[in-house]
Amino acid sequence: MTLASFDHVTRRYGDVVAVDDITLAIEAGTLVGLLGPNGAGKTTLLSLLQGLRRPTSGAVTLFGGNPLDAGRRAALGTTPQETALPETLRVGEVVDYVGGHFADRVPTAELADEFGLTDLLRRQCGALSGGQKRRLAVALAFVGRPQLVLLDEPTTGLDVDARRTLWAAIRRQHDAGATVVVTSHYLEEIEALARRVIVMGEGSVIADDTVARVVARVGVGRVQLVSDEPDRIERLPGVVRYERDHDRDVLTVTDADAFVRELVRSGLDFRDLTVRGATLEEAFLALTDQARATDRARTTEDAA
Amino acid sequence: MTTSTVPRVSTARLTLLHAKYGLIETLRVPIAVIGTLVFPALALLFFVVPQRAVADNPEFATAAVISLSVFAVMSNALFSFGLTISENRQNPWDPYLRTLPAPGTARVLAQIVSTGTLGLIAIIPVIAVGGLLTAAEAPPARILTGVLALAVASLPFMLIGSAIGYALPFKAAIAVVQIVMFSLAFIGGLFLPPILFAPWLDTVSKFTPSRQAREFVIWAVEGGTLEWWVWAGLLFWTVTSFALALLLFRRDQGRRFR
Repeated sequence: MTLASFDHVTRRYGDVVAVDDITLAIEAGTLVGLLGPNGAGKTTLLSLLQGLRRPTSGAVTLFGGNPLDAGRRAALGTTPQETALPETLRVGEVVDYVGGHFADRVPTAELADEFGLTDLLRRQCGALSGGQKRRLAVALAFVGRPQLVLLDEPTTGLDVDARRTLWAAIRRQHDAGATVVVTSHYLEEIEALARRVIVMGEGSVIADDTVARVVARVGVGRVQLVSDEPDRIERLPGVVRYERDHDRDVLTVTDADAFVRELVRSGLDFRDLTVRGATLEEAFLALTDQARATDRARTTEDAA
Repeated sequence: MTTSTVPRVSTARLTLLHAKYGLIETLRVPIAVIGTLVFPALALLFFVVPQRAVADNPEFATAAVISLSVFAVMSNALFSFGLTISENRQNPWDPYLRTLPAPGTARVLAQIVSTGTLGLIAIIPVIAVGGLLTAAEAPPARILTGVLALAVASLPFMLIGSAIGYALPFKAAIAVVQIVMFSLAFIGGLFLPPILFAPWLDTVSKFTPSRQAREFVIWAVEGGTLEWWVWAGLLFWTVTSFALALLLFRRDQGRRFR
């Protein structure tokens, strides 16, 4: 079942095209990661689904209707930005305020327990730490037992422990039946949470596939070594990218096995070799680089 | 589709929900409330009480107390609604509330219940100062009717304030509210009694919600005949300004930067 869909949706702000002719669907039961650099259009895409903005053209559908219609949002859960919480209200009051919008809501104590807020319910929001505010913000998305949850950067600014705790809570909610869309700067987060990943760049969808296949599609490997002749190694066939990380040489290569064979055959000096597959982050960088290159090529063609 | 069967909370309950937490939020910053409550009484104390010619004449004093009560409710409505709403729109909590399943009607009405309640409380010190320090007089039942009439007559101001709040950014809203407030107060005969107006100004005055509110409350307190343009005008202003506020709420998509 499709919970939400975009049909050739474009959103402009003046001359800027934030979302450029996007068509995609969110199916029930999935956990989708939405990935992209700043300004790629992720937040605009979510705000269209939240009924905060209207598309310039195209149609956005939420639970079979228009998200601008308040009734259609009765099964939607979203997070406020952490800075958005009303400072003078107590944590318990904020939960009841938001929870009051839903006919079938999670009781405050139960939600507080799930997200580790039990000891904070009497505290005013202004007195919470960044991590506590994040937990509250994410908890609010789940208070109405939503069918679809949009999490915009749920763990920004959290330390590793707090992030993992929150991921566990999100995963439990997903297992309990919620469909989740999560945007993040942390690729690790998308890798840990999502099965399907949508990569956005400059308002368009660059890739939309499982995490494993997005990584595989780029087909790159990472080779690290130390060498006295990095400039000669860089010129070996199959090297896509060369960086220097402190005293180590880092090479992005199309085929790690072939590269290592070539390296040994060349007789060039090297030591401390490590080889691993690409992470989602590297795949993501490669994808956005490619997209930008094609874009430039197209623009040059147009000009010519 | 199964999703359309999700049970919903009624608009009335959502209105009360938003009104309740709006009021709690306001009351947690007591100094802001005190300003609203004290300002109208201070105006009476400074502008009317020292003028013994007015203050010692029961008829003039009663009209002056009523005019200032209308002014108090009007300025409170325009300022609180215009500025609170436009300030909230710049705060990221408001866009979050807009993602929740509450229709615009509930949001606009909730603001009226919460901020409007405070505005009516601000009348109590005005009546107290008027009763104790001037010759203004009215039987308690009449005063109560007057307060009710004031509540009804204040609706257009709250809704005009809401419309300004939804239409403009904060700094622009301050300027516009001030201009609207002083124009309505003066033309509506809240500062100078309309008896002193030139005939043409008196005619213009009858079209303003402030003049209509003044006449409506005087009628409620002192009795007599209610002229048709008073209630028709108030009804017209209430309906149009509600429609305008709702339209602007729906059109609003947060603050845009280019």
